[in-house]
Amino acid sequence: MSLSASPSTPTASDTNMPLAELSRRAYHIRRHALKMGQVQGQGYVGQALGIADVLAVAYFRALNLRPAEPEWEGRDRFLLSIGHYAIALYAALIEAGVIPLEELETYGSDDSRLPMSGMASYTPGMEISGGSLGQGLGIAVGMGLGLKRKGTGQFVYNLLSDGELGEGSTWEAAASAAHWKLDNLIAVVDFNNQQADGPSTQVLGMGDIAAKFEAFGWHAQFVDGNDMEALVAAFDTARELDDPRPRVIVAQTLMGQGVPFLETREKTHFIRVDEDEWDKAIEVLDTGFAAAAA
Amino acid sequence: MSVETPAKPRLKTSAMIASIAAEGQRTISAPFGHALAELAAKKPEIVGMSADLAKYTDLHIFREAHPDRFYQMGMAEQLLMMAGAGMAREGFQPWLTTYAVFATRRAYDFLCLAIAEEGLDVKVACALPGLTTGYGPSHQASEDIAILRGMPELTIVDPCDAIDIQQAVQPISDHKGPVYMRLLRGKVPAVLDEYDYTFELGKAKMLREGADVLFISSGLMTMRALEAADALRADKVEAAVLHCPTIKPLDEATIRAAVAAKPGRLVVVAENHSVIGGLGEAVAASLLGSGTVPSGFRQIGLPDRFLDAGALPTLHDRYGISTEQVVARTLDWLDA
Repeated sequence: MSLSASPSTPTASDTNMPLAELSRRAYHIRRHALKMGQVQGQGYVGQALGIADVLAVAYFRALNLRPAEPEWEGRDRFLLSIGHYAIALYAALIEAGVIPLEELETYGSDDSRLPMSGMASYTPGMEISGGSLGQGLGIAVGMGLGLKRKGTGQFVYNLLSDGELGEGSTWEAAASAAHWKLDNLIAVVDFNNQQADGPSTQVLGMGDIAAKFEAFGWHAQFVDGNDMEALVAAFDTARELDDPRPRVIVAQTLMGQGVPFLETREKTHFIRVDEDEWDKAIEVLDTGFAAAAA
Repeated sequence: MSVETPAKPRLKTSAMIASIAAEGQRTISAPFGHALAELAAKKPEIVGMSADLAKYTDLHIFREAHPDRFYQMGMAEQLLMMAGAGMAREGFQPWLTTYAVFATRRAYDFLCLAIAEEGLDVKVACALPGLTTGYGPSHQASEDIAILRGMPELTIVDPCDAIDIQQAVQPISDHKGPVYMRLLRGKVPAVLDEYDYTFELGKAKMLREGADVLFISSGLMTMRALEAADALRADKVEAAVLHCPTIKPLDEATIRAAVAAKPGRLVVVAENHSVIGGLGEAVAASLLGSGTVPSGFRQIGLPDRFLDAGALPTLHDRYGISTEQVVARTLDWLDA
């Protein structure tokens, strides 16, 4: 068989991807994350389950990517500030075809490309090293400025968390993005109201997060981060808006979403899953998705 | 009632960035700004970014030459580092400027993780290194090198004068990776063109030879060491001066060779920095670790304390880094 020249590597995303297909992608992302959690016996699966719908819309509708060519210059950039959400992003990258499915077996193991905290030098598709929270949005500002300098039309996305908003550096970046009219910058805040020491609204209450960004000169949307239709509308608006302001989507998510016994488990930053519960969690996820799809 | 007249006139603190030039000394204006502006004419990837201190770091010269390549990031040093990292990720070579205290104390985590850990090609040029302002500890970066020496993969440069700065800009730019450069700005003394000297990144250079004392120095203290070496001849003391503008990676081979060549010389490391964590300790560790032991080893640097406010000549004298103090202390050590 001869290889015919293809005009370009196909992209993973499709700006017309139907909701049912996006929901199926989100289900797969959740499933990959649980599998990785099972390998390691732990992991931030609560966050991964919560953010899976956001990642499905990002990777299968919004972002312009070439899975076989993660460093393709024309790609939209997706920066993960929150290094501990790596398990969720790996799941999305696996689902998008950037990382082979088999590799999830190596999650968090020695010499793996999938360390517990996301780092650029380890993983294809991981744009920055997160983990020291409060750095992603500022790097996104620099990349947004750089892309504008090059005169190319890509977007820079930054996924950050509600707890991360406590870092003042985030607000230096927020002010700067508006000052420079970075309409190519789309921030997504995972508002799951949970951080290391408790509910984010109690640890360092930020009040109305969307209103704060608006006051900083941003276009802000507040959506149910587990409502696929609402997410699609929000991402489409953020991309298509004719407005010089940077955009933020504050996505209210439910940790553990899709696995009812984890949704209702006592909410902590790090949801404990017992050894015998992983299979059950995957089974419940499968059943739930099948019922919803039927 | 009569007021007593002080014996010595009280010097005034002067501007934030006090001149380090001696009266009548030859100076060059804004050597960094001009060198960068010239280099940028050849290298389109260079951009300049400052945290509200372009004028005070001579980056305004670059801004005037290349207005569309200058980014004002505001009084936000953490952002300066992050945005610099983002620019580098998009293929540009950002030159970031602020004061040394802010880049090192305030923005450490950002320089460390967003830039150095990623090996990004970002240059950080910082004014007011060591004791070059009389405004007190808020602006005196007496420990900037100590803060940064532990940061892996970061190159640290401490140029001596306007000539050194002019020559250093291109090699720093040509080196792919993060560099921290201590900056002298404004009317900067010009000294090194009187010597057979060319700046090379990572290299220490012998500026003059001498049998009795070996000064190993960086930054403006090389200027002081050269002046001290001249003055010491009146006391029949011959002093060599080895200039180490690159603090990290340290040119250990040249330093060891210089010490080993004449082990009877008193080694005096002179730096515009705390005696803790700077060139002195780096040289000591290198010599001891390699078994290259000189007849004596002394440090001239800033004391381990928060420094006073006041006029620079007063403070340099008080803390033993003025030329007169370098001479007097060296003679004391030789007598001891």
